[in-house]
Amino acid sequence: MTTPNPTRRTVVSTAGAAFLIGASGLTRPARAKSLEPTPTMRGGANNYLPGAPIVDRIGGGGFWTTGTVRRAGDGAPLAGRRIQVWAHTTEGHERDARSHGAVLTDANGVFRIEMPQIVPAFGQPHGHLAFDADYDDGDFETVFLRPVLARASDTSLHAEFVLRPL
Amino acid sequence: MTSSRRAILWVALAVAIALPLIAAAQSPLLQWREPVYIIAGFAGIVGLALLLVQPLLITGLLMGSPARRIHVWTGAGLVFAIVVHVAGLWITSPPDVVDVLLFRSPTPFSVWGAVAMWAVFATAILAAVRKRLGLRVWRLGHSAAAVVIVTASVIHAWLVQGAMGDVTKGALCMLVLWAGAWALRRRRVWRMLR
Repeated sequence: MTTPNPTRRTVVSTAGAAFLIGASGLTRPARAKSLEPTPTMRGGANNYLPGAPIVDRIGGGGFWTTGTVRRAGDGAPLAGRRIQVWAHTTEGHERDARSHGAVLTDANGVFRIEMPQIVPAFGQPHGHLAFDADYDDGDFETVFLRPVLARASDTSLHAEFVLRPL
Repeated sequence: MTSSRRAILWVALAVAIALPLIAAAQSPLLQWREPVYIIAGFAGIVGLALLLVQPLLITGLLMGSPARRIHVWTGAGLVFAIVVHVAGLWITSPPDVVDVLLFRSPTPFSVWGAVAMWAVFATAILAAVRKRLGLRVWRLGHSAAAVVIVTASVIHAWLVQGAMGDVTKGALCMLVLWAGAWALRRRRVWRMLR
């Protein structure tokens, strides 16, 4: 039987690798059925006008923004949650009040709102969505999303909220 | 250079700049934009076009002795185009421009635009105090800044989904890169490193 006789290089590299794996969080155990909350995206809150009315449709419609709202952890659907949507569309800039509207989630935590076609603005065709704790029961954290359309010709946009309980 | 070759170059330059502007003017996006946003966008295209003019001027391809003085004026024009570009975008959507200037924008192209803008402003300051710098510092500084300006501007313009047409934008970007590289090689600035 051979006795291991590590060189200094082996010891240093092994210890270094062990430290890197530990520090990078790669050893974190996989948690079954634990849904991570959605973080707010950079620029998500830009041109947000709080308190837009709940509407069946923003402007003339033709474009669908859909999504789900769930609770972090168990992923339970959240009903009656207010999601505000705005974008640069064929009918107005992001800063225009007429480009904003809100919708409530149904019993399955699903929301869908019709709006004018989103067009590229500031270099990307994108939408904005907000879950604002100030316009809710206050039991979940505020989240702002800024999803980008895969193609400028897309006629729908999907976004998923996983909310962190306060 | 013969006068006929110079005339061809002038026509080619006019076409290379006019085509992207004409294509952008046909963009359907313009009908959904406020005038100030449209002006801001076209100021960006003009800025990109001036990046093609600048190296051609300084290498003496377009004209003889007044070229260097005009290079200074078109440089000032480039600063003005950038100011109009940023100011127009700021009026259109202040938070988006603030994010860009603070380097926290979600859009990948905006950081390149911000870098190019600061490199142009730095060049303008260098040019204003060049008499006090000495030839070596001035030429190396201006050339290094020019490399940053050209590279960052082309990446910025290429990644933006805007009013410019893909073909004319791509062609103008290639010409800007080529003209910049050619001028750098022609001027042999690296001699100053010795």
